[in-house]
Amino acid sequence: MALALFIIFGVLCVAGALNLLFQRHPINSALSLVVVMMALAVIYWTLGAEFLAAAQVIVYSGAIMVLFTFVIMLLNAGEEERTTGSKAAYFVGIPGVAGIIALLTYIFLHEKAALGYARLGGSLDTATSNISEISRVLFTDLLLPFEVTSILILVAILGAVVLARREQ
Amino acid sequence: MQLSANVLTLLPEYVLCLTGIIVMLAEPLIKPGSSRKPLGWLALLGTLGSVAATVYQLSIVRSIGTLHAFSGTVQADRFSIFFHLVIACVVIVTLLSSLDYFEGYASHAGEYFALVLFGATGMMLMTSSTELLMVFIGLEISSIATYIMAGFRKGQAASAEAAIKYFLLGSFATAFFLYGIALTFGATGTTSIASIASGLAASQTPLLAIVAIAMIVIGIGFKVSAAPFHVWTPDVYQGAPSPVVGLMSTAPKAAAFAVLLRILFGGYPVEHAKWSALLWIIAALSMTIGNLGALLQRDVKRMLAYSSIAHAGYLLAAFTALPQDGISAAAFYTAAYSAMNVGAFAVLTQILGFREHARNRDDFAGMAQRHPALAALMAFFLLSMIGIPFTAGFFAKFYVFSGAMHAGYVWLTVIGLINSGVACFYYLRFIAAMYSVRETSAQEVHPVRVAWPAGLSLGLVAAAVLVLGILPGSALRLAQHASVQPTQQETAAPAVLRAKTKIVR
Repeated sequence: MALALFIIFGVLCVAGALNLLFQRHPINSALSLVVVMMALAVIYWTLGAEFLAAAQVIVYSGAIMVLFTFVIMLLNAGEEERTTGSKAAYFVGIPGVAGIIALLTYIFLHEKAALGYARLGGSLDTATSNISEISRVLFTDLLLPFEVTSILILVAILGAVVLARREQ
Repeated sequence: MQLSANVLTLLPEYVLCLTGIIVMLAEPLIKPGSSRKPLGWLALLGTLGSVAATVYQLSIVRSIGTLHAFSGTVQADRFSIFFHLVIACVVIVTLLSSLDYFEGYASHAGEYFALVLFGATGMMLMTSSTELLMVFIGLEISSIATYIMAGFRKGQAASAEAAIKYFLLGSFATAFFLYGIALTFGATGTTSIASIASGLAASQTPLLAIVAIAMIVIGIGFKVSAAPFHVWTPDVYQGAPSPVVGLMSTAPKAAAFAVLLRILFGGYPVEHAKWSALLWIIAALSMTIGNLGALLQRDVKRMLAYSSIAHAGYLLAAFTALPQDGISAAAFYTAAYSAMNVGAFAVLTQILGFREHARNRDDFAGMAQRHPALAALMAFFLLSMIGIPFTAGFFAKFYVFSGAMHAGYVWLTVIGLINSGVACFYYLRFIAAMYSVRETSAQEVHPVRVAWPAGLSLGLVAAAVLVLGILPGSALRLAQHASVQPTQQETAAPAVLRAKTKIVR
């Protein structure tokens, strides 16, 4: 069952990502990103991370994608124009991607036995609550990274204001 | 009064961050159109405060040893203090030399000062963190601040191009780094640098760990502009404002090298042979591509961009050395490189100004007649980059290459020395151009007035380069003490327990 779900949504996820790249209209790309996010949420859920799955749907597929669509609509972005100036994407990018995928595939197949024991979602099947586990780690061991993220967001807001403001 | 460890360990970061917020909040109170200089002075005061906090930390660390805080996610030791001081000095020089830079050109100079401080906070957090997630957040803070600052000459297309290119490629690199963290967690069950080493020993998937190292090295390699991940560097350095280039070619790189030292020597000492082979290749490529690229450039900023790629290569050569030589050599090289590079860009800031009229080598012909002091300083920094004795560059290169020799990497040393010879050519060609005699028509000469803060910053950097070149002793001693720290395993025990319990549960 889990395997079937994984295959279906894994394929859907990759297909959505490819479609995102090949679509010419930004809004179509944004909508295929929704497909990727939702498929990822299902995969998280099959791994036993229900909280992460819910957060994925609410935050990414919900809030962030709405923002994306708003921005595209407000900018009134039309169909993108493809330039033929640089061939770097074809000569370096595609072999690079193929190489990385081949390497990772080899590694994961090579370590198949060991990874099988790890039972990624296994520890979460039992009575331990997903949310309490995450919040315990987030607010004890990883409290500092969690809090410092606010500086990161502050910097991003400051940057958006500076770059978008009209010069006087 | 004894401060709690959570306050003490991050004191310099708190000071910088708070000053950044004050600068940001004070900015709207200043009338539009009036000078933003007071904010610059405030930022400078905050940076000096963080230097004082760092020195205070050093005295504490000397008496009671390494400070740990926030469940072992950060620690203050001599290693972090060394890099804190380097970063703070770079920020001070940048602030001093850019106080007058935006006068009359940009209405967003106030935000610039705030962003410099926030960026520096991120860099300092990187150097003191012992947890990969913390490293990641620090890296992002410093990167996002520099992406924005790269686009600060808003009217200019080149500046916008620089910001976009830097942002896209930087985000791409971040993804590699993040994947490296994820794979590290997959292979060792922990993201705490100290417990990675022991997690690695018990790991059932050692191959995964090696891919994780490779991903982390690629991610950091982008940030420090090592070849073959350097393609963004010339365009970004060309388009970004000169003081920002001075900052982003030194401080974030220092922080990234510190992180790489901590991760590789602290987290993955077992795999030393494998990652030093990887870094051998990257170092040799960076040196060669950087120097050959610089030979072909006419634009001064592009030439210095390629030269910084070459310097990243020399620095990475130190990573192949044994831990006892390698860490102190890399730390010393970082300090020396930061001093001479930020100095060269501080001179360029004064000569080029906001509009950047003169950028080619030919425009610099006869510079020595028009601005003898600036030309002499530029020549001094360039000679230091060559590695002439009595400059910081000499001892930096000496320690790196002797470290690589000790570890048995003779060929890498040979490649490095040949490259240093090639580098002589383009540095000297530029110096010769500055000192050549050329008749200049009146409208070609742009008046250069060096304000006293900028003059002070130039004097400070020149003094730093000279002192590091004549008396490297004290800095080297701090670097050597620093080198003991990232390999220490004293935090390992509780962190490993934590990691183990996570897996068992």
